[in-house]
Amino acid sequence: MGLYAGIDIGSCTTKAVVVDQEGNMVGSHVCRSGIDYQKAVEEALGTALGGKWDGIPILSTGYGRHSLEFASGTKTEIACHARGAFAYVPRALTLVDIGGQDNKVIKLDDKGHRLDFRMNRKCAAGTGTFIEEIATRIGIPLEQMDGMARKAEKRVKIGSYCTVFAQTEILSLIRAGVSPEEVARGVFESVVDRVMEMIPLADLVMLCGGVVAHNPVVVDIFKARVSGEVIVPPHPQLTGAYGAALIARESFG
Amino acid sequence: MQEIKRVAIKATTQFKAVMAQHFLELDEAARTKNKKVAWCSSVGPAELALSLGFLVYYYENHAAILGTNRTAMDYIPIANAHGYSPDICSYLTSDIGAYLKGETPLTKAYGIEKIPRPDVLLYNTNQCREVYDWVNFYAKEFKVPVVGINTPRTQRQVRDDVVQSVTAQLEEMVPQLEEIAGRPFDIDEFREVLATSRECSRLWEEVLGTAKAKPSTITFSDACIHMGPAVVMRGRKEANEYYRILLAELKERVEQGIGAVEGERHRFYWEGMPIWGKLRMMSDTFGRLKACVSVSTYCSSWVFSGFDPKDPFQSMARAYCSIFIGQDDVGKEDYIAEKVEQFSIDGLIFHDAKTCPSNTNCRYGMADRLSERLGIPHLTINGDLNDLRCFSEEQTITNIEAFVEQIEES
Repeated sequence: MGLYAGIDIGSCTTKAVVVDQEGNMVGSHVCRSGIDYQKAVEEALGTALGGKWDGIPILSTGYGRHSLEFASGTKTEIACHARGAFAYVPRALTLVDIGGQDNKVIKLDDKGHRLDFRMNRKCAAGTGTFIEEIATRIGIPLEQMDGMARKAEKRVKIGSYCTVFAQTEILSLIRAGVSPEEVARGVFESVVDRVMEMIPLADLVMLCGGVVAHNPVVVDIFKARVSGEVIVPPHPQLTGAYGAALIARESFG
Repeated sequence: MQEIKRVAIKATTQFKAVMAQHFLELDEAARTKNKKVAWCSSVGPAELALSLGFLVYYYENHAAILGTNRTAMDYIPIANAHGYSPDICSYLTSDIGAYLKGETPLTKAYGIEKIPRPDVLLYNTNQCREVYDWVNFYAKEFKVPVVGINTPRTQRQVRDDVVQSVTAQLEEMVPQLEEIAGRPFDIDEFREVLATSRECSRLWEEVLGTAKAKPSTITFSDACIHMGPAVVMRGRKEANEYYRILLAELKERVEQGIGAVEGERHRFYWEGMPIWGKLRMMSDTFGRLKACVSVSTYCSSWVFSGFDPKDPFQSMARAYCSIFIGQDDVGKEDYIAEKVEQFSIDGLIFHDAKTCPSNTNCRYGMADRLSERLGIPHLTINGDLNDLRCFSEEQTITNIEAFVEQIEES
């Protein structure tokens, strides 16, 4: 049976997806990218495939896409996220991917063609790295941030673009008696603020990326803010790798 | 990554000679005092100074050299530490930082020990207000006068009263410059310099126009380098001689169907400043994707077709008021739309230069308006002219690749 793999080498995590001849996802794995891309790729691909990948067409994407010598081809993460999203929901939509070091907003028409895309500006605010930094600074384990945010009774505004300024802002809020739950909620609200500043969101919005996968509260915040329908695919963090595997199947199958 | 093959521009030898002549003459003047030296903003009243026998040194050109060889990154922090914010013009901070450190890339390039000392500092605020602050720093350092023109910007049309005001300011400069030059002003010499400068404009415009051919003869990166003589030697016959040679070579490319980008598939417009320290990286990135940046606003900024030797002061005033950067968005968009059509462009690239608000045109909705009007997509690149702290190479490459993918899929 023909298999095709997509590997999304991101700044924080490396994601691998394997699809069969029909495009069904038959294997996947997510691991930290760390500083050794090759090692992360080997772990992700090896686990997703349950063995060696000799002879399997692989398409690489993400920041490390050009560093994979054995890849059959490369595409940007914009292309792969668009492809993955459209495979889940073949309708005109706006895809929002909140990743470790960048955010992407991609507009697709009803054929899955990209009409426009935006990536965040230089600053890390609004990305996964921002949440990690703040969690570390206020001493809350990252995996507890979502649960805490859900317990917040009111919204506090964190306005700074800059991660460092936002940290200072949070310390002021804590000194002023704001609860850690409200701070956690404010951090996620801030992430959504940064995305909403990139391009108008309306109609059908699909959310994906590691931040959405691990922090469902972000989805609730988007739903409260966006006038249209907000959906999340089955494996939000794998959207890019899934798209890459599908492109591999279409290009090399 | 794939190695990019380039068709070398043969006239580069002559280009280097003209640029060397410019700097070596200035150095000689600074050392021997055989001529007076005027420092001038890049679209300042250079022709007037030349007609009075000044050699003209362009401080923005010096800053662009600092950007290109990336030494700007050593100097910007020095100026920052002296109170010049990282948020202001990185040309200014690079140049002042280099001065404070007592270094110049002219030493390595031409054996010149120091930048030539000015006898007078000239500016025109037609491009930005930063040039005024820039020359005032040097006025204090060198204890020399600042003489210049204040031009209003963001104009829907160049009003006659504005032209009259700028004409009067130009005329008022004459007695001051005569005194510094130690010689009288001669209107016929001024007419002659203006005629020579206009011819340079005509030739440079024709050089840029050869990129209308498919494939384009030159890229934006090529044009950024080869515009040097149009900036620093305009008004001198040597610049015109150089552009005749370059033009002949590029016309030959048109005849033979030789393109700057092998297998050209896409043609882009570049709006905004170059990212000087990344010209090669950008050119390689576009080249790999078979895309040519065929035309830009920036390189066309040294075309002053309105110079008229019969009416030198007023025509010079009008020409320097009519530059792209001085117009409002309506005028700018019309200008870009015309070029997009002339050069058969299929994508717009806007450079949002962090420290150059005056020459960043995508901050007030222009990119979306133009895409809608022209039916072609746009991409905004965050970066800077000289300050590479404001630039992410990885993110820029991803953006450009995704932009090309988007165009190819549509």
